[in-house]
Amino acid sequence: MKALVSVKRVVDYNVRVQVKSDGSGVVTDGVKHSMNPFDEIAMEEAVRLKEKGKLTEIVAVTIGGAKNEETLRTALAFGADRAIHIKEEGEVQPLTAAKAFAAVLKKEDAKLFIAGKQAIDDDANQTGQMVAALLDIAQATFASKVEVDGNKATVTREVDAGLETIEVDLPAVITTDLRLNEPRYLKLPDIMKAKKKPLDATTFADLGVTPGAGFKVTKTVPPPTRSKGVMVKTVDELVAALKAKGLL
Amino acid sequence: MSVERDVMEYDVLVVGAGPAGLSAACRLKQIAAESGQEISVCVVEKGSEVGAHILSGAVFEPRALNELFPNWKELDAPLNAPVKRDELHFFYSPQKSFRFLDFMIPKPMHNHGNYVISLGNLCRWLATQAEGLGVEIYPGFAAQEILIEDDVVRGVQIGDLGVGHDGQPKDGYTPGMELRAKYTLFSEGCRGHLGKRLIERYKLAEGADPQHYAIGLKELWEIDPSRHEQGLVVHGAGWPLSVTGTDSTGGSFLYHLENNQVVVGLIVDLSYTNPYLSPFDDFQRFKHHPVAAKYLEGGKRLSYGARAIVKGGLNALPKTVFPGGALIGDDAGYLNFAKIKGSHTAMKSGMLAAEAVAEKLKAGSEGGDVLTALPEKFKASWLFDELDKSRSFGAAIHKFGALIGGTINWIEQNIFGGKAPWSFRDLKKDHETLKLAKDSEKIIYPKPDGKLSFDKLSSVFLSSTNHEEDQPVHLQLKDPSIPIAKNLPMYDEPAQRYCPAGVYEVVGEAKDKRFQINAQNCVHCKTCDIKDPAQNINWVAPEGGGGPNYANM
Repeated sequence: MKALVSVKRVVDYNVRVQVKSDGSGVVTDGVKHSMNPFDEIAMEEAVRLKEKGKLTEIVAVTIGGAKNEETLRTALAFGADRAIHIKEEGEVQPLTAAKAFAAVLKKEDAKLFIAGKQAIDDDANQTGQMVAALLDIAQATFASKVEVDGNKATVTREVDAGLETIEVDLPAVITTDLRLNEPRYLKLPDIMKAKKKPLDATTFADLGVTPGAGFKVTKTVPPPTRSKGVMVKTVDELVAALKAKGLL
Repeated sequence: MSVERDVMEYDVLVVGAGPAGLSAACRLKQIAAESGQEISVCVVEKGSEVGAHILSGAVFEPRALNELFPNWKELDAPLNAPVKRDELHFFYSPQKSFRFLDFMIPKPMHNHGNYVISLGNLCRWLATQAEGLGVEIYPGFAAQEILIEDDVVRGVQIGDLGVGHDGQPKDGYTPGMELRAKYTLFSEGCRGHLGKRLIERYKLAEGADPQHYAIGLKELWEIDPSRHEQGLVVHGAGWPLSVTGTDSTGGSFLYHLENNQVVVGLIVDLSYTNPYLSPFDDFQRFKHHPVAAKYLEGGKRLSYGARAIVKGGLNALPKTVFPGGALIGDDAGYLNFAKIKGSHTAMKSGMLAAEAVAEKLKAGSEGGDVLTALPEKFKASWLFDELDKSRSFGAAIHKFGALIGGTINWIEQNIFGGKAPWSFRDLKKDHETLKLAKDSEKIIYPKPDGKLSFDKLSSVFLSSTNHEEDQPVHLQLKDPSIPIAKNLPMYDEPAQRYCPAGVYEVVGEAKDKRFQINAQNCVHCKTCDIKDPAQNINWVAPEGGGGPNYANM
C-alpha cells in the first residue's frame, strides 16, 4: 500500500519572524527555512507504518520553488522512497494546494494521504480537509494515534473535549497533531543516500490544476508590543489599578 | 560505552562551512575538473544551515573571490553595495568626536573597491557554488572529536545525537558517524574547539607569539530611508572604550548595506583589564553617540549576534600543517587586523590549502602526511605580503592605545608602506590581563532605552538561538569550584559580563552563591574559552544544528 505525504518548506520555528516594513508580508530572504514541524510528524508516522509493514511505498510531495528540493531531500532522508516536486514560484493558497495533492493522489493511486494538520507559516489548517472533500474520501484530522489494518485505519483524534477514536475506510486523509510521535534524528548516512533517491518534477499544468486565489492578503502587521509591567506594593493599589483599567 | 559507528571515506574532509572551508572545497573541485582528477570532498557544518553561525562586519575585499570565481558577478554573488565613502572618527566623549580627514586614514582602512556584505549570505552563495561543483555539504552535524591514529589525523567523529543532560542516551539516540579522509582541513573559525586541540597536540604554536583575540558584537538595523547612504562605511575608535590609555582598546563600525539596512557593531580587544567591563553594554551605549544615533534613530533592530575575532596576525600565526591536514582561515589566524578583514584572507588560505592537497593527491598520495607545500605556497602568496605589512598593528594599539598606536600604524602604513624598520609584539595572553576587582573601578552602564539600546536577553532572542534542551552542557568547567571560589572574589566573575548572550550567571545569596550556565543561550562566540582568567571553561560543540540561526549577518 502506498502513502502520499505532503511536506512544506517554511521559515524555521527558531527564527524570529519579522514583518516587512511595507506591510506586504514577512521577511523570508536570507532566513533559515526547514520542513514544517507537523509535516515531519507526518513523515515519521509514514515511516513507522512502513517499518511495521503496513505500507510498501512512501511518496513525498511538495509545492514551491527550486529551494523546496531541500525539503524533499529531507523527506527522502526520513525514509520516503521517492519524491515529487510540483514547481511553482508564486503564492499557493490551500485550495490550489489541495487540488494539486488530490491530482497526485489519484495519479499515484495512493491509499493514504498524510499531512501535518497545519503549516506554521500561514496556520491555515485547511489543505488536508480540502483534499478529502475534493476526492470525496474519509478524513481523520488532528491524529494523535494511527493504526492501519487492511482497508481501514483507526485514528485517535485530539478534539476539544479530549480524545476521539474513529475508524475510517481507505483511501483516507490523515492530518497529524503534535503528540502523534517524536520525529527521529536524521542520520548522516541517510542524508547521503537521500541524494540518490528519485525526485521527479511536475507542474500545476501537468496536473490539470489552475491556481486560483480565494483570498487576498491586504496587510501584514506585527503584534503590538507588550507595554511595561507596573509593580504594585499593596492589594489596594492592585485593586485600584485594575479598576482604573475597567477590569474590575 | 562502545557503539558501532557508520564510516564514510573521502579524499578531503572540511570541518566548517565558512569562507575558508567553502573556498577550499570549491578550489579542490575546480582543480579536479581542470586536471581530470577525481577528488571527493565533504564539508560538515555545526550550524543548522550554511551561514547560520556566520557573523562578520562585513566590508569585503573581493581579491580572493576574484581569483576563485572571476565571473562572480554573472553568478549573482551577493555583493550588492560597493563602498562609496569611508569615514573614520575618534570618539572622545559620549557626545563628542572628531572626524579624520581622508589623508589621515591609514591605507589599509581605505575601502574603495570593497563591498559591504552579509558574510552569511556570501557563504550561502559559496555553498551553492560548491554543491554545483560536486562538493557534499552537511549542515547540522558537528565535528566532535578528531580521529588520530599513530599521530596522524584521519578525520573526525560527528557528535552523537540524542544524548541526555546526564550523558545517557535518550530515545532516538543516534551515534555520530566517522568521517575519514586522506586530508582534513579545519576551518572552524576563530578558536575552533578542534583547532585548539590540534594546536596543543602538535605544538603548532611553538615559536609564535601568543594569539590575541577580540569580541565583535553586531546588530542589523533597518533604518529610515532618508538617513540611509548605501555604501557608506564609518569606523571609529575611542569612547566607549579607552579614550587615552590602553585599558580597553578596539573600535566601532557602522556600514550601510542595501535595502535601507545598516550594520552597527563594536569590537572590544579581549586584552581589556577591568573585570567590570561589559562589551555588550559598551556596545549598547555606543549606539547613543550622535555619530551612530543619527542613522539609527527611528529605525528597527532586526538581528543581533557576537563572535570572537582572531587578530594576532603573522606574529601569532601557528604552524598550520600536521600529519593528515591543515588549519585554514581564522582557525589558524589569517585575519588582517589592520584592515579588520579576515574573509578574503580566510578564502585565500583555503584556496592555497586546496592546491597543496590537490598536488599531493595528483602525485598519488594516500594521505596522512604533512602538507609541506602549504607553508611554502603561503610565503609566496599575496596573503603573506599582506599580513607581513600589518604585523605590528594589534601590538602597537595594545601597547600605546588607540591614538598613539593608531598614529604609529598610520606612519607604518602610509610612510613605510608596511615595511617599517620596527615590529611590535605583545606577549601577554588575553586571559592574563585582568586586574583584580578590588583594584578596578566599577563601571555603571546606563539602562537601555528600548529604542537604541536593549538588554541582553531581548538581544539574544533576535539571534534565533536554540539548542536542544536535554543535552550535556557544552560549556565544560575543568574545575567546577573555580567560578565561585576564585573568579568571584578575585574578578567578580567576569563571565557574567564578557559573555554577550547571558550564558553565565552568579545566582543565590551570600554563602549559597552558585554559578549557573544557561548553555541554551550560547551564540558560539568562544569568548569564554579565551577570556576566563583561570582558563577553566572549555567550549565543545553541542548537538549539531544548535546555536544561533543568523539571517543576513
